[in-house]
Amino acid sequence: MNLDHAILPLILFTPLVGALVLAVLPDRGRTQQWGALAVTLLTFLFTLHLPARFDFSTTHPAFQFETNIAWIASPAIRFHLGADGLSMGLVVLSGLLAPLGVLASWNTIVDRRKTFYVLFLLQQIAMLGVFTALDLFLYYGFWELSLVPMTLLIATFGRTHNRRRAAIKYFLYTFIPSAILLVGVLWLYVRTGTFDMPILARLAEQHSISNNSSALWLASLAFLLAFAVKVPIFPLHGWLADAITEAPTAAVMVLTGKLGLYSILRFSFGIFPEQSRHIAPLMIALGAIGIVYGALLALVQNDLKRFAAFATLGALSFITLGAFSFTISGLDGAIFHIVSESLSGAALFLLLGFLYERYGSYDMRDFGGLAARLPWMVTFFVLMGLSVVGLPMLNNFVGEFLILSGAMKSVFAHHLFWTVVATTGVILSAGYMLSMIQRVFYGDLGFRPAEVDAPDLVVREHLALWPLAATFLLLGLASPGLMRSIDPVGVHLARSLPQPQPAVSGAESTAALTSPATVPSTTDGGQR
Amino acid sequence: MLSPNILVLLPEIVLTAVGVLIMLAEPILPAASSRKPLGWLAIAGTILAAAGSWYQLQFGILHGFYNTIQADSFSVFFHLLIAAVVLVTLLGSLDYFDGHGTFSGEYYALTLFGAVGMMLMTSSVELLMVFIGLEISSISTYIMAGFRKGQATASESSIKYFLLGSFATAFFLYGIALVFGATGSTNLLAIAHGVAVTHTPTLAFLAVAMILVGLGFKVSAAPFHVWTPDVYQGAPSPVVGMMSTAPKAATFAVLLRILFGGFPVMEHRWAALIWIIAVLSMCIGNLGALLQRDVKRMLAYSSIAHAGYLLVAFTAFPADGIAAACFYTAAYAAMNVGAFAVITQLTGYDETARTLEDFTGMAAKRPVLTALLAFFLLSLIGIPFTGGFFGKFYVFTAALHAGNVWLAVIGLLNSGIACFYYLRLLAAMYARPAQQRIAETPTPSVTASSGRPLVSGSFVAVPGVPVPAAIGLGLAALATLVLGILPGGTLSLAQSASAQNQSDVCQQNPTPCAVMTAKEPDTH
Repeated sequence: MNLDHAILPLILFTPLVGALVLAVLPDRGRTQQWGALAVTLLTFLFTLHLPARFDFSTTHPAFQFETNIAWIASPAIRFHLGADGLSMGLVVLSGLLAPLGVLASWNTIVDRRKTFYVLFLLQQIAMLGVFTALDLFLYYGFWELSLVPMTLLIATFGRTHNRRRAAIKYFLYTFIPSAILLVGVLWLYVRTGTFDMPILARLAEQHSISNNSSALWLASLAFLLAFAVKVPIFPLHGWLADAITEAPTAAVMVLTGKLGLYSILRFSFGIFPEQSRHIAPLMIALGAIGIVYGALLALVQNDLKRFAAFATLGALSFITLGAFSFTISGLDGAIFHIVSESLSGAALFLLLGFLYERYGSYDMRDFGGLAARLPWMVTFFVLMGLSVVGLPMLNNFVGEFLILSGAMKSVFAHHLFWTVVATTGVILSAGYMLSMIQRVFYGDLGFRPAEVDAPDLVVREHLALWPLAATFLLLGLASPGLMRSIDPVGVHLARSLPQPQPAVSGAESTAALTSPATVPSTTDGGQR
Repeated sequence: MLSPNILVLLPEIVLTAVGVLIMLAEPILPAASSRKPLGWLAIAGTILAAAGSWYQLQFGILHGFYNTIQADSFSVFFHLLIAAVVLVTLLGSLDYFDGHGTFSGEYYALTLFGAVGMMLMTSSVELLMVFIGLEISSISTYIMAGFRKGQATASESSIKYFLLGSFATAFFLYGIALVFGATGSTNLLAIAHGVAVTHTPTLAFLAVAMILVGLGFKVSAAPFHVWTPDVYQGAPSPVVGMMSTAPKAATFAVLLRILFGGFPVMEHRWAALIWIIAVLSMCIGNLGALLQRDVKRMLAYSSIAHAGYLLVAFTAFPADGIAAACFYTAAYAAMNVGAFAVITQLTGYDETARTLEDFTGMAAKRPVLTALLAFFLLSLIGIPFTGGFFGKFYVFTAALHAGNVWLAVIGLLNSGIACFYYLRLLAAMYARPAQQRIAETPTPSVTASSGRPLVSGSFVAVPGVPVPAAIGLGLAALATLVLGILPGGTLSLAQSASAQNQSDVCQQNPTPCAVMTAKEPDTH
C-alpha cells in the first residue's frame, strides 16, 4: 500500500540515478549498453505497478498514486505527481519503449556511447515527468527539459551533415511557443495564485479563473500553440521531417505525438474547456487536412525516413480530429490512439533502423526483392503495416474506428464533411504502407541488397520487436482492458464542458457576461 | 565590541587591508618566484570579508559615517554575491598568469580594491559615496581590462573602457548635481522626501535620467552598450567573468536603492524610461549576439540582453520587483562567471580558441569542461532546474503581476531568439570538428552499418584543469544548480533584502509608501 504513493517518484528517479551511474561508469566494451538496458527495464518494471494497482472501478476520473510535497513556498510550487486513465497508459508506454530503444541502438551507436545513453535516460525522465506532473510549474519544467536531450541527441548523433540545422530547427520551433506558454502559465498563476492542476481545473469548471474573456482566449491560444507545435498539428509541422530524418532510431521512437497530445488533453481541455470548444471546428478541419496531407506526401516520398515522418503526421492528425470532436467515443478513441499509434510508429522506426543497419540507406529506390532474403523482417514489416493501416483485430483499428465514429457524431459545423475527408485517409494509408512494402521487399532485387549480403533478424532484434507485436494483438483484441481506465477521462472531458452553460443561464448573472457566445451554432459560424 | 563605524564597513576594511598587504608583499617576493601565495592571500581575504558581511546580518540595520553608509540585509546580499564572484574569479586566475610575466601580484590587489568599490556602492545611501565606490571599482576594472599588455586588443579594450567609462561617470555626477539642485540633498532618504515636495519636478526627473545614463553604461544596457563587445573581447577571460557580473550586480543594487529608495514618487515616470531601456537592451543584445562568431563577443551581447531582462524587474511593484531583481542578479552572476571560468580554462592565456569554429568538437577533447559550459549555457537560455530559469521566472512573474504583459511577452520572445545563439555554440561543441574528420582514419572497430565516420577516441594530451580553478568552477556550477532546484533560500534572503530596502523608505517617509501600497489593489 505504501508503495502506491512512492511509485511515481520512484519511476522518475530510477532513470535519473541510472543516468548518474552511467555518467560515472567507463565507456568501454558494452558497459553502457547493459547499464542502460538494466535501468530502462527496471523503470519499465516500476511502471507496470500502475496498471496492476490501478483502481478501475471509479467512474469519476480521480488522480491515483498521488505524491504531493511542498517544494518552494513562494511562488507556491509543489512536487505534485499523479496518474489517471489518461496518463497511465502513456507512462507504461514510455517505460516499454525505452528498453526497446536501447536494443535498437545497441550496435548503431558505437561512438560516445556514454553521452548517448545519458541523454537518452534524461529524455525519458522528462517525458515521464510531463505525463505525471500535476503542478503546472513542475510540468513546465519537464516540458522544457524534454527539449534539451532531444536537441543534443539530434545534433550529436544525427545521420547526415545536416544534423545541426535540424537540431536547431527543432529546438526553435518548440522553444519559442514554449516561451509564450510560460507567459500563459505565469498569467494563470498571477490570476489564481496556484499552479496545482486539479485546483485549476476545478476553477475552470466554475468559470472563476478570470472575467476577462479576451485574456482567457489569449492564454488558451498560448497553451494550444505550444502543444500543437510539439505534436505537430498540420500547418506547424515544419520541423518534423528534418528532425525525424536526422534523429537516431531510439530518439525518433519517442520524438512525436505523445507529449503534445497529452498536454492538449490534460491542460488545454482541463484549464480552458470553453475556449477549446470554440476553436474545435478549426482544429477538426486541420486534423482532417493533416490526415490527407500526410498520407498524400507519404505516397510520393522516396526516402524512408521522410516517408515515416509524413505517415506519422497523418496518424497524429487522427488523434487531433478525435480529441476535438468532443464526443465520448472521439475522446476515448483519441486517448487510446495516442498509445496505439506510438506503438505502431515505434515498430515502424525500429524496422527502418534495422534495415538501415544492414544496408546503410534509407532510399526506397535502393531496395527491392528483400522478402526472400529476410523472411522475418518482411513478416514484421507487413504486421506493422497492417497495424498502421488499421486492420481489425490489430491496435490501430480500435482507435481509428472510435475517432471516426466520434467525429461523425460531433456537434460542430461541417463535421460531416471533414469526417468524410478524414476517412479517405484510411484508404490512403493502406495505399502508402502497402506500396512502401511492395517497393522495398518485392519486385526485382535492388542494388543495395545485391551488394551487401545481410543476415535476417538476430536475437536482439527479435527481442525488440516481439513485445511490440504482442501489444498490437493485445490492444486489438483486448482493448476494453485499457479502455476501462480511459473511459472515465473521456466521459469527463466530453461531458463536463457543456455543464456550466445551464448554470450560466440559470443563476449566475455575472458569469453570463464572461461567456456571451456559448451557443455552438453562432460561434461556429464565426469560426468558419 | 567594534565601533559602529568600523562594523558598518567591516568587509570593505578587511579587503582594503588585505589588498594593501598584497601590495606591500609583492616587492618583497623575488621577481622570478610565483605570485600564487599572494593569490591565496587574496582568496583568504575575500572569504574573511564575506564572513564579516555575514556577521553584520545579526545587527539588523547598521548606520555609520553620519548616515552615509548603511549595512542591512540588502547590502549583505550583494556583499556576499560580490565576494562569491571575486572568489571564483581569483580561483580561476591563480594559474592563468603563470609564466606570462605580468604583474599578477598587482592583479590580485586590484581585484580586491575593485571589490571594495563595488561593496561600498551597495551599502551607500549617499550619492557621493556611491560615486566614490563607483570610481574605485571602475579604476580597478579599467586597469584589469588591459592586463594582457602585449596584445593590441587588450590595450584597445582598456582605453575604450576608460574613455567611455569616464564619460558615463560624468553623466552620473551631473545627475547627482541636479538632484542636489532639485531636492537640496544627496542623501537618499532626504531625496525621497525632497522629491515629494520639490517645486522643480522636471529637474528631478532630468536628474534621474542622467543617473540612468551613467549607471546604464555600467550595466551595459542599450543604448549605452557600445563599449561592451570590444572590451569583453580584449580583456582577459577571468576579468571579463568578473566585470560582467560583480560591478553589474553592484550597479543594479545602486539603481534599486536610488530608484525605489530615492525616487519612489516618480515611479510612473522613470518606469517608462526603464521600459524602453529594457526592451532595447533585450532586442539589441539578442539580435547582436546572433551575428557574432567570436564566443566572447557573443557572450558580451548576451550580457547586454541579460541586463535587459533584469531591468524588466524594475517595472514591477517594489515588493516583487526588488526581490526578483536580486535573485536574477545572483543567478546571472553564478552562470555568467561560471561560463567565463570555463572559457578561461578552455582557451588559456593566449586565447587559442576564439570563434565558433574553434569551439567545434570541443566535447571530444575536454568532455567535463564542455559539459559544464553546456550547463551554464542552458542556464543562460533559461532551461528549468537551472538558476537562469528561476531568475527569468521571478522577473517575468513580477512584471505580469504589475500588468506589464507586453514586456513579459517581448522578454520571453527574446529568450526564444537568445536560445538560437547559445544553442549554436552548444551544438558546435558537441559536433565533430571538420578537420579532424578528414585527418583521422576510421578504426577497424567501426561497423559499416553506422554509416558515419568515427573517431578513435585518442586525442592529443590536453592540460588538466588546475585544482583551484576546478574548485571555483564547481562552486559556480553548484550555485547555478542550487538556485535552479532550491531557490527558496536565496529568494527569502532576497525578499528580506527587498523588505529592508523598502521598510527603510517607509519609516522615514510615509508618503511614497502610501503611494506604493495604494497602487497594488487596483490591478486585481
